[in-house]
Amino acid sequence: MRHDVTLRVNGVQTDDTVESRQLLVHYLRDTLGLTGTHVGCDSSNCGACTVLLDGLAVKSCTVFTAAADGTDVLTVEGLASDGEMSPVQEGFRQCHGLQCGYCTPGMLMSATGLLLDVPEPDSDEIRTGLEGNLCRCTGYQMIVESVSWAVEHGGVGAAARSHADRAAAAGLR
Amino acid sequence: MYDVPLRTPERPGRLGRRPRRPGRLMASMVGATVVRKEDPALLTGRGRFVDDIQLPGTAYLAYVRSPHAHATITSIDSTEAAGMPGVLGVWSGDDLQGLPNCRSIPGMERPCLAPGTVRFVGEPVVVVVATDRYRAADAAAAVVVDYEPLPALCTIEQAMAAGAAPIVPGTASNVVMDQPLTEDDAEAELAAAPHRSTLRIRNQRLAAVPIEPGGCVATWEGGTLTLYATVQAPHPVRNELAVMFGLPQHQTRVVAPDVGGGFGAKASFYPEFILTAELSRRLSRPIKYIETRSENLVSMTHGRAQVQDLDIGYDDEGRLLALRVAIVQDVGAWPDPTGTGLPTLTVFMSGGCYKIGKIAASFRSVATNTTPIAAYRGAGRPEAAFLIERVIDLVADELGLDPVDVRRRNYVQPEEMPFATQWPGIIYDESDYPGLLDALLSHLDYDGLKAEAAQRRDDPSRPLLGIGFSTFVEMGGFGPSPLFEQFGYIGGWESSTVRMNPDGSVVISVGTSPHGQGHETAFAQIASDALGGVPMERITVLHGDTQTVQEGIGTMGSRGIPVCGPAVQKSSDGVRRKLIRIAAHMLEASEDDIQQDGETFSVLGTPGSEVSLAEVALTAYKPHKLPEGMDIGLQVMEYYEPTNLSYPSGAHACVVEVDRQTGRVTIVRYVAVDDCGTVINPLTARGQVEGGLAQGIAQALLEEVVYDADGQPITSTLVDYAVPGAPDIPAMETHHFETKTSFNPLGAKGLGESGATAGPQAVVNAVVDALSHLGVRNLDMPMTPFKIWTAMRAAQQEIDQEATT
Amino acid sequence: MIPAGFDYIRATSLDHAAALLAEHDDDAKLMAGGHSLIPLMKYRLAAPSVLVDIGGLSELRMLETDGGVFRLGAGLRYRDLERSAELREQLPLLAHAVSTVGDRQVRARGTIGGAVMHGDPAADVPAVLLALEATFVLRGKDGDREVAAADFFVDFWQTAAEPDEILVEIRVPTRPGRSWSYQKFRQRSQDWATVGVAVQQLDDSGYAVALVNMGPVPLRATEVEQALADGADASTAAARVGAGTAPPSDVRGDAEYRAHLAEVLTATALTEVGVGG
Repeated sequence: MRHDVTLRVNGVQTDDTVESRQLLVHYLRDTLGLTGTHVGCDSSNCGACTVLLDGLAVKSCTVFTAAADGTDVLTVEGLASDGEMSPVQEGFRQCHGLQCGYCTPGMLMSATGLLLDVPEPDSDEIRTGLEGNLCRCTGYQMIVESVSWAVEHGGVGAAARSHADRAAAAGLR
Repeated sequence: MYDVPLRTPERPGRLGRRPRRPGRLMASMVGATVVRKEDPALLTGRGRFVDDIQLPGTAYLAYVRSPHAHATITSIDSTEAAGMPGVLGVWSGDDLQGLPNCRSIPGMERPCLAPGTVRFVGEPVVVVVATDRYRAADAAAAVVVDYEPLPALCTIEQAMAAGAAPIVPGTASNVVMDQPLTEDDAEAELAAAPHRSTLRIRNQRLAAVPIEPGGCVATWEGGTLTLYATVQAPHPVRNELAVMFGLPQHQTRVVAPDVGGGFGAKASFYPEFILTAELSRRLSRPIKYIETRSENLVSMTHGRAQVQDLDIGYDDEGRLLALRVAIVQDVGAWPDPTGTGLPTLTVFMSGGCYKIGKIAASFRSVATNTTPIAAYRGAGRPEAAFLIERVIDLVADELGLDPVDVRRRNYVQPEEMPFATQWPGIIYDESDYPGLLDALLSHLDYDGLKAEAAQRRDDPSRPLLGIGFSTFVEMGGFGPSPLFEQFGYIGGWESSTVRMNPDGSVVISVGTSPHGQGHETAFAQIASDALGGVPMERITVLHGDTQTVQEGIGTMGSRGIPVCGPAVQKSSDGVRRKLIRIAAHMLEASEDDIQQDGETFSVLGTPGSEVSLAEVALTAYKPHKLPEGMDIGLQVMEYYEPTNLSYPSGAHACVVEVDRQTGRVTIVRYVAVDDCGTVINPLTARGQVEGGLAQGIAQALLEEVVYDADGQPITSTLVDYAVPGAPDIPAMETHHFETKTSFNPLGAKGLGESGATAGPQAVVNAVVDALSHLGVRNLDMPMTPFKIWTAMRAAQQEIDQEATT
Repeated sequence: MIPAGFDYIRATSLDHAAALLAEHDDDAKLMAGGHSLIPLMKYRLAAPSVLVDIGGLSELRMLETDGGVFRLGAGLRYRDLERSAELREQLPLLAHAVSTVGDRQVRARGTIGGAVMHGDPAADVPAVLLALEATFVLRGKDGDREVAAADFFVDFWQTAAEPDEILVEIRVPTRPGRSWSYQKFRQRSQDWATVGVAVQQLDDSGYAVALVNMGPVPLRATEVEQALADGADASTAAARVGAGTAPPSDVRGDAEYRAHLAEVLTATALTEVGVGG
């Protein structure tokens, strides 16, 4: 079965026809060409595919595109505002919170989702808050420091804030 | 907004305006904390990993893999699959006769698709190609393969048992290599030693689990094959593919785009490189294969998997007089040249930081019905560091000595460096092992910790405390060529081309192929200095494409900085020499009087007489304005062949709590002091140490690839294979202690594998220390709560039994 | 990993969902958050031909107290539950337990009803609802029926719900002011519980004790409860926890270790709820 779907992705409306079984991550990557969202496992463990869906961090490998019809999605490509990286992105750069960069988009989206809920997490809360994202390069401490840097430099940033506000206005978060 | 390199003054004296050589005024970038050039693209979703490459007309390959550890294929029915929508073809091994085999030991080459018999769960049996990944998955699921199971030999014991049938075709025994490395077994020295102990160590099988699984895209344009692949060494893959397909190397292009972690496992050669290339040729369209994680955990080469039998002779003071090392290396179902040779590296490093009277060594590499074994972060050296550091603690325990004292009594001393080990060519470079230990102890209240551990033993309301040390040395900077040739590479050198554009900006091509190490930043730092202070942001570093980069080898064996760094330095030096000559010509001065301050050249003692770097660079492209006889342009390529391996070392300590009831181990402190020689960038150096340590700690506490009695892997998803998450890894304290090596002009030793090499035994020694009063002398990794509880209970039962008898 | 093909239908109401189930018989499966089902479908361990999505139904999102009973819509997500001030106050055991499920992303999608219907003995929610003496309201073609948690979990991944029944509501008696404890032992933070123990004080002297991952279904530790009723101290009562269990053996621990963990965790939980040592 195929479905006509309309989503809002990074602030832009998308209209496509998709198969019932298409996973949201494949819609983002293969249909929309937003290849920043990555696939790292098949058991919902690694979190590399994390995006914000109606203001909440979710694993886009465990959502069918058809079920996401009508939702608002923010991916790593939409995190910066006017070409300027969000404080979370910048924090990862300043604190060397990434090495190979493969888990990074998921980490950024997951960290952003965490800060939307808990604006000033301590380091234990950051670790627990990111437990759904695996990184094989950093050993995590520099990721924790990256998120703390973001907390001290403005939080989630304008794009994620306005995405979350829209979801909140619609009663979705 | 933040676009300024972050530089924190954590190294006083390194950041000041300190001329490095005559005529050079700028502060050094080598040693400066610099944020990475790689990051903006990766942080904004603009990275380009192999699955991000979407060539027009791409079709997708999917495998049908063996569900059996060992079986004969009795029939393959692909009729239904072949007729499914979007399916372009279905092929078994029989359909692809004449297809080249994968890289292996001569005589044991692995066919891309199982040839009549499957030898491990996950071995590819059939490939399908379809127009999209969904249809490819559907078609693979519709292929029906019947098997006649054969006895599965999943452990080295089973594989070596009398009468065990050889797994690899054409071999007489599952012992595919049996090699004594010394003339005798040191029995005389062991027998003569005042004390003698034995120890059996299992260094468990691990999976590398880069978060980006394996994958590639093959395409043919004209007569040229291009393979985009997530690999650590594109040039060697090109060389191999060219031979396999009978192509000249100029028509074989391999591109490693952004690579999402490798950890050694992406230095192996996989069947999909050949299959996508061959099927792309047949179908005249690009073919992509991307591994799923479940496939990755059975298909990507595993690491470690050694059993070591140790015999140790020592005196009353704990001095090591003799050591016998007998290794059995599980190599899996298809022996890989690296995997089969891993024990050689283990033996070479088995003496650790210590002077040991005599080491006798031998190894056997054994085929089993499991996933093939090859390099995983450290490749053979973590196994050595683990064994010798466990030996030291065992000796200390047997003699009732402090393990710190036993280490001190056995160290090779700084004044003995370079130190020739008993192994030909294995010569340790400048290091200060006692100094490293002192530096480590300055960060710990060791006496206080020991007192607290003793107190806790008698207070059942509190967890047990243990302190473990790991003072290690490993090998970095792989080359030189005579050694690296033996691992199948054409050489052990590295290469760099530095080109200055007419505006003074710089493009550097390097032969290494990074996957997270930060080479673009580190090499720009080295070049910035060597070019006399060209700003970092005016330098771009390229890598990973055999068609645009000069010859290279790749990234493995902690060789990026120690081997390619000097090549970058040499080629930058060459460009700078030419800049100085041109500037002298333009300023009508002697070259000796030219000084450079970043992007300005001036004449010493002649104020106002200066030219900009851009003017000099532009002049280089105007032959009529150059000194007589000078060639046009500003481009220098250099190769660098290291004189030897380098030997990164360090001293680490781990403090653990062990829950008496559940067996859970909690790391309460981890302190690392590392000597990687010259530190290029403290920020990325810290990342390498901490990332490696996370893998080392995970080996100690969490990870193991496990097979059941039938050879079924029971850790083939991330639900079961326990890669740690953020709450599972402690915050670590890392420090550097620089002793520059004289083996290369940068003084750098390499750092990528140190954490994974140092970590496991620090944790195991700490846990054994915590449980030593129960009589626990050794523990196998991973030290899961279940395993620790079992060990504590067994020890307690023994104590109780002794009390009653 | 790609699921086999199926037809996705988003139900517009409970009646619509019920009609779809009736129309497609055994071939149809309900999905709410999908976090148990979608991974199984990716591994092709589940392959329904019709997937009826009830995740968006507002009918399944009630969250209210009604005369000493908390009524929870089956479509409530873990996130909704862990963030509900009312639930945290009235049913703190449940609110706490759901905050330990999976990870933040999973809790943003996964639903309490999904966890109940999946019936995984290693999951937190079924055992906790057992300890809370919850009942489940199932809607079938003949109307609603209410099944006690104690009767609902039949065998591994099997429940008393008929294929055409929809879990619409979970009813949980509130225990104002009563103590509780949830002890979950995991090797890694993102692991399922090796063993978990939920304790809820029911009245002045009675406790409910339920076990995660100690058998093919979530279990009540009735012998522990009986011992407590007889006035046993925490460690004596906890020593009875193994009775009637059949814990699994895997890489995280064998049956014996799990039995030991269950005793340790039970003793800790009982001490935490105020049972004397």
